[in-house]
Amino acid sequence: MSIEHTHGHDHESHAAHDDHHDHKPTGFLNRWLFTTNHKDIGTLYLVFALLMFFTGGAMAMVIRAELFMPGLQLVEPDFFNQMTTMHALIMVFGAVMPAWVGFANWMIPMMIGAPDMALPRMNNWSFWILPFAFAMLLSTLLMDSGGPAAGWTLYPPLSLQGGQSFAFVVFAVHMMGISSIMGSINVIATILNMRAPGMSLLKMPLFVWTWLITAFLLIAVMPVLAGAVTMLLTDHFFGTSFFNAAGGGDPVMFQHIFWFFGHPEVYIMILPAFGVVSEIIPTFARKPLFGYTAMVYATASIAFLSFIVWAHHMFTVGMPLTGELYFMYATMLIAVPTGVKVFNWVSTMWQGSMTFETPMLFAIGFVVLFTIGGLSGLMLAITAADLQYHDTYFVVAHFHYVLVPGSVFALMAGAYYWLPKWTGHMYSEKWGKIHFWISAISVNILFFPQHYLGLAGMPRRIPDYSTQFADFNMISSIGGFIFGASQLIFVGVILHCVYKSREAASGRVWEGARGLEWILSSPPPYHSFNTPPVIDATTVAHAGEAH
Amino acid sequence: MAQHTADQYYVPHGTKWPIVGSLGMITMLGGAAFWVNDYSLAPWAFAVGALILIYMMFGWFGQVIRESEAGLYNAQVDTSFRMGMMWFIFSEVMFFACFFGALFYARMFSVPWLGGEGTGASTNELLWQGYDAVWPTAGPAQLGGPFRTIPAFGVPFINTLILLSSGVTVTLAHHALKKDHRKGLVLWLLATVALGFVFVFLQVEEYKEAYQQLGLTLGSGIYGSTFFMLTGFHGMHVTLGAIMLTVIAIRSMRGHFKPEHHFGFEAVAWYWHFVDVVWLGLFLFVYVY
Ligand code: HEM
Ligand SMILES: [Cu+2]
Repeated sequence: MSIEHTHGHDHESHAAHDDHHDHKPTGFLNRWLFTTNHKDIGTLYLVFALLMFFTGGAMAMVIRAELFMPGLQLVEPDFFNQMTTMHALIMVFGAVMPAWVGFANWMIPMMIGAPDMALPRMNNWSFWILPFAFAMLLSTLLMDSGGPAAGWTLYPPLSLQGGQSFAFVVFAVHMMGISSIMGSINVIATILNMRAPGMSLLKMPLFVWTWLITAFLLIAVMPVLAGAVTMLLTDHFFGTSFFNAAGGGDPVMFQHIFWFFGHPEVYIMILPAFGVVSEIIPTFARKPLFGYTAMVYATASIAFLSFIVWAHHMFTVGMPLTGELYFMYATMLIAVPTGVKVFNWVSTMWQGSMTFETPMLFAIGFVVLFTIGGLSGLMLAITAADLQYHDTYFVVAHFHYVLVPGSVFALMAGAYYWLPKWTGHMYSEKWGKIHFWISAISVNILFFPQHYLGLAGMPRRIPDYSTQFADFNMISSIGGFIFGASQLIFVGVILHCVYKSREAASGRVWEGARGLEWILSSPPPYHSFNTPPVIDATTVAHAGEAH
Repeated sequence: MAQHTADQYYVPHGTKWPIVGSLGMITMLGGAAFWVNDYSLAPWAFAVGALILIYMMFGWFGQVIRESEAGLYNAQVDTSFRMGMMWFIFSEVMFFACFFGALFYARMFSVPWLGGEGTGASTNELLWQGYDAVWPTAGPAQLGGPFRTIPAFGVPFINTLILLSSGVTVTLAHHALKKDHRKGLVLWLLATVALGFVFVFLQVEEYKEAYQQLGLTLGSGIYGSTFFMLTGFHGMHVTLGAIMLTVIAIRSMRGHFKPEHHFGFEAVAWYWHFVDVVWLGLFLFVYVY
């Protein structure tokens, strides 16, 4: 064997000719079902996430169509509740999280100079659990009892009244958890063990840093979610009393356990977004990231704080006053490291020679609009105010600002940024920009009015509403339809880039881009770095930072 | 091949086992979901799924063991495996932490509140008048009827001694392996396996007693819920660990593992120490206090 690293073969017949390794495996099943290659698995994750994005998106369209006018017109209230529940579960666990794992798979080995992920076989399994898990989750919509309808937070006692489909939901969540835990273990082992010589921790790109911290969050909280839904399962089917006061339990206990998972979960969805934006802004501002080390510490502090603020989701359940106060102040603390990040992104752009290609547009859109979501979060953190805002559309507006023009915009930004690297072709800049502007405008038409609806008292998760809310709901729905439709442009741009585009991408793609992924060809070789690359000031973005 | 591997990271080239595992998992969990809804064929689906998963494990681990014995894994691959196992065990710790959290919450908050403590005065007065919050409890409605608990210093204490000594025997086996005393390795491992299965046996006997004589069941309010959830998941982990130890013992008999290179052994030993430590927590907070 003259190759630089060794390969094993499952199929004995291949063992004789190992020189095959440079070629992709032949045959559709061989390539996609059995793959151990980080890029192929990354592609699978990304395609799956996009499919789920449109599945969850279709449900959002049903929700917005029903809410277009007051009164019940399109769907039954119970089905409406199934739509809100499934929309959230699918977007959180099926779209945003797998999309980030897809980015991790594609980029981390290339960014740290590794041949592949540390545990390639397990990598395959992490992905291939997901289609089964979501088939199981979606199948509940076809069952007699319908899908879950108590909201993605699955609060008992309501969720326990769910009928036969409930067990399927619980086991689907277990499978998603197993997938996430294995995925995170792989990310941690890859980052800690597979860096090229000289790639010290404080030279790593921020995307790698944010994912490392995200992975720790995931292995800490996904098992807790698994435990929580297991207790729901036994309360429902086996007569336990965890969440039943008559037996000495407490439904509020579920909320504590759920949000111990749930709050870190929202950071799981946003930290990799911080990472991607921290890659893109320096490239198009043509300046190194301002305050690299501060960014790393800010990310770590956000992650730490995310474990001790969970009950800000529970200000109205009747906690002791000291609890309310503690969780209020602790939550507000998060604004400090978050502010550090926003400050650093803005400072990176300050006096840079900026250009506004599509990834940069999405990144700037992220900074501006995510900040709106952060500020409404701060308003919600004020206990006294949250007594009014809780469970209204103000909360809906808050989390959609951080998640849609937040996480999802960062995903789009990353996709445009690295598409030329992945495919070897340039995407259509014109259509990318059209996609950005329609999305950025419509997302605000969609979610901004929801702030007013919430402040005026419109409750969330309700299919009908009082007529005073009619105008803003109609505006919001129109924005929703435009936003939904404009995402088809994104699919068009991707398909064009992959199959039609003739404009070849150079290795560096963007003149201002720094980092190891850019010293590889576009598309990169099937196995990223067969020999570890040389780490110096010309190859990594933060070479000067480690003193 | 072997001479090339020392400085290169081994990247396997395609594998069918994960997809087999996913098929097994969906069959087993889908079966379980139909089972709890009382579909008559569901237990069979569950069993078939479990068999597929077992087949997958044999195939997958078998392949890894063959590759390892063939010397394909260098020190860096070894480190990846170690990190993988370490963080897997950490995730298991968090899984148990969830149920311990439920136990502490019930004992420190929900039960006292139902008894009228803190802000629970009106709850007690209006809903559960006369409920006296003492642990153990099946709650104000006495769900599952009256029950007695298992005294800590009977079988549970014996089980504590068993698990603690099994921690010692597995360490002795490790020392024997490092000194290349193959016979000591195999004997101490067998002793550990035996202790593990004795633990499981005693635990089963204890469950029988709870259900048949003490009136203590999964439905005995919050006490029964936390008791069986914690000891049940722990028992499952001990069973799994004992099976893993058995595999390691058989491999040792076949001459696997080298004094300086034996990750498989260590992973199982770590796992065994982990179930040991969880048991200490259980013994203290479920049985003693
Ligand atoms: C400055 C940072 C933030 C603060 C202070 C904050 C605060 C809050 C508070 C107090 C609530 C509870 C509102 C209520 O239910 O009454 C909430 C809800 C929520 N937040 Fe944030 N938040 C912040 C950032 C984020 C981020 C970055 C994300 C996600 C990427 C996020 C996602 C959510 C979600 C999904 C909910 C609603 C969950 C539900 O009830 O279904 N938040 N936030
Ligand atoms: Cu939160």
